[in-house]
Amino acid sequence: MSDQFSLAGQSFGSRLIIGTGKYRSFDEMRAAHKASGAEMVTVAVNRVPLDRKSESFLDHLDPKMKILPNTAGCYDAEHALRTARLAREALDTEWIKLEVIGDPVTLLPDNEQTLEAAKVLVKEGFIVLPYFTDDLIMAKKLLDAGCPAVMPLAAPIGSGMGVQNPSNLRIMREQLPDAIIIVDAGVGVPSDAAIAMELGADAILMNTAIAEAQDSAQMATAMKLAVDAGRLGYLAGRMPKRLYASASSPIAGAIK
Amino acid sequence: MKVSLNGETKEIPADLNLEQLLAHFDLPSQRVAIELNKEVIRHADWPSIKIGDSDVIEVIHFVGGG
Repeated sequence: MSDQFSLAGQSFGSRLIIGTGKYRSFDEMRAAHKASGAEMVTVAVNRVPLDRKSESFLDHLDPKMKILPNTAGCYDAEHALRTARLAREALDTEWIKLEVIGDPVTLLPDNEQTLEAAKVLVKEGFIVLPYFTDDLIMAKKLLDAGCPAVMPLAAPIGSGMGVQNPSNLRIMREQLPDAIIIVDAGVGVPSDAAIAMELGADAILMNTAIAEAQDSAQMATAMKLAVDAGRLGYLAGRMPKRLYASASSPIAGAIK
Repeated sequence: MKVSLNGETKEIPADLNLEQLLAHFDLPSQRVAIELNKEVIRHADWPSIKIGDSDVIEVIHFVGGG
């Protein structure tokens, strides 16, 4: 597919962005990354352990991959800001997946804190990709704050529940036709990814669906195909839904 | 001299700078970042910044995540 995806001045051939967490081994992660065709991967910021020699996790990533650090584990704007600034210094990148969590059980985002952090980070020159609840008004506020894209959830992080509120994504797409919408979190199976793309998402970010599959590389391939299929389906334009049947074969001329 | 390093109280020699701190604890110096009392310190400034008593230091790197 030559349907390029452009974000903050950078073009990507793949509309699938994937995570680096939860893999059973580095080999498995690398195989899944390769199979996915993804060109951007997320990583988390964490304290360097003091009690053991730690190898660099980044060494296990394909050097061609764009690295998108996240602010996972932050429960307020201040922590997210500190984490983003540390990530920028360590990786020399302005890109940040902004994630401010509101609750440890559901891992649902704290939209208010996310917006507050986004405003500051944009002013500091960051390219802020915010994870948030699938809410049109919050999407508008995040875009107004200067985020180059918005990343609504499909379902809670790691839940694999798929798109729980397709209407919200559809409304967001229709009301924000020029915005870049990346569905982030909650995809479980390839059909979930296809549905999100059919609804008009520009890209999908996922981690657990691939990392926790029995065969991560195979699932990564399936996700790649699903994202492409969903994208093509969206561009092709779906038929209208009807409550009643509409015959595909001519009724007139059928033998009596 | 006592400091807080990644949430742990540690005894360190006096007059260490940030670069020496990493070496003292055998921590990596590439693709990591240091925060001193909640302020990120640029890599280039590590050698010139001395650690004070009761300083709070965070040294981060990257791990798998989504």
